[in-house]
Amino acid sequence: MTKEEQKLKLQEQYPSATFDETGQWLVMNITVADWLPTAEAMRAAGFDYMFCLTCVDFKTHLTMVYHMESTTERTPLVVKVQLDRNKPEIETVSHIWRTAEFHEREVYELFGVNFLNHPDLRLLILPDGWEGKNPLRKDFEDPVNMIKL
Amino acid sequence: MPGLPLPLGEGTRVRFMYHQVEIVKEPVQTEPNVFDDMVINVGPQHPATHGVLHLVITLNGETIKKVEPHLGYIHRSIEKMCESLSFRQFIYVTSKMDYLSSHINNHGCCLCVEQGLQIEVPQKAQVIRVLMDELTRIASHVLWWGAMAMDVGALTPFFLSFREREMINDIMEESCGTRLTMNYMVPGGVMADVHPNFVRRVNEFISHFKSKIDEYDELVTNNVIFQNRTKGVGVLSKEDAISFGVTGPSARGSGVSCDIRKLYPYEIYQQLNFEEVIETAGDSFARYVVRLKELRQSMHIIEQLINNIPEGDFQAKTKAVLKLPKGEFYSRVETARGEFGVYIVSEGGTTPYRIKFRSPGFSNLSVLDHIARGAKIGDLVAMMGTLDLVIPDIDR
Repeated sequence: MTKEEQKLKLQEQYPSATFDETGQWLVMNITVADWLPTAEAMRAAGFDYMFCLTCVDFKTHLTMVYHMESTTERTPLVVKVQLDRNKPEIETVSHIWRTAEFHEREVYELFGVNFLNHPDLRLLILPDGWEGKNPLRKDFEDPVNMIKL
Repeated sequence: MPGLPLPLGEGTRVRFMYHQVEIVKEPVQTEPNVFDDMVINVGPQHPATHGVLHLVITLNGETIKKVEPHLGYIHRSIEKMCESLSFRQFIYVTSKMDYLSSHINNHGCCLCVEQGLQIEVPQKAQVIRVLMDELTRIASHVLWWGAMAMDVGALTPFFLSFREREMINDIMEESCGTRLTMNYMVPGGVMADVHPNFVRRVNEFISHFKSKIDEYDELVTNNVIFQNRTKGVGVLSKEDAISFGVTGPSARGSGVSCDIRKLYPYEIYQQLNFEEVIETAGDSFARYVVRLKELRQSMHIIEQLINNIPEGDFQAKTKAVLKLPKGEFYSRVETARGEFGVYIVSEGGTTPYRIKFRSPGFSNLSVLDHIARGAKIGDLVAMMGTLDLVIPDIDR
């Protein structure tokens, strides 16, 4: 399936989404409120493999980036959800794609995104009792353990 | 016999173990029973975890109720570090993630930068890259084979596997200058031409390894004790493997076709003749068999290429300072452990704005709790062994 066909198909199903075709794969932008119903519908439509889940800090807002594909058709799709930087909250998808459980815990501690209804939202990599800012945010400064050159 | 008191008295087992009840902070799905549950720590320093991985295991008798991995003992924040390194420099840091397939990590990063800059890699560089990738894969699988046999109690294979691994390390040392974290790939090709001895020594290695790989089967694969330890242990279904994002030989043991070399061919893999090894049993033994068959496939790939390295440049001409255009780039490669992804967000500068490494070990580890529940504690190392975890790859 080409990017055009994929776009036309998805446009019918999710009329509120906006698309971006400039990159390597088709990018679908949706709102936070739409995310959970969209994710459920996409899993039902065959997108069974989420191969990357991450977050990007754009200083004004956070963007959740989900890379997924179907293991039968192999046409990757990128879904982006923009979050409020001061109070980032999004529904978990760990019950839809089980791999999201660990990846969401990672994003939770490194970016401070709160995943609603996550079964086990605890620190994964950072030491217990970690307080302060989230390390992968752009305004994080650590004078003791320098990670910048 | 009812009525007989337990040696320590009821409940004392848990109460006297320091702090261990506190480590399991919130119960995940099963209610903990402080009188019957036993919580033990495996690691952070434990021979079976092959690194600093900490597992908190809740047991009911000998049966595993829950496995909780605690990560971060070797977390170096590589993703944050890369944000202040240039597009040439950050590749060297990635060797330190999955140190057993460092060539392939470098390869993935180079592909991502080349995709952004649209650099055409010379034919010779592509062949050298694939040769190095496959040699790395053999070295990694061979080390895994020895370590796996050692986990389940056979010590000899570990020494045999290092005999072959040393030969590959020597080849790497000659051409790349180092034995473990090679840093040989650069955007546009490879750093230097291969050593004049390279072709001869690889040929020697292949003929040596061909006679030895059957010995592997005789020693371990056909061993009844080994088969009893691994067959039917840690069964992972195809659906779960996909849902948990398990990739590489671990997923191919469950019948998932997930070889990036076949699905999204990069470099010259499309022109090569090799098979994607798939087993359907889904247990530890199937994952073991996949890796041993992959060794033969990797040898087959090397044989096709080693005497046909084309003439020409080993590196494309690139600018001294690389600037990726504004946008997002993603590249996928198949490491010895599974799918390795590099996601670069560029704002048009000389350093990446954000970089994410999708490491195969991280997803493969997440399935451990799922397959270990309900199994016996003695089988845990047989499951962990065949998932082939490399801890720096998980923590990054």
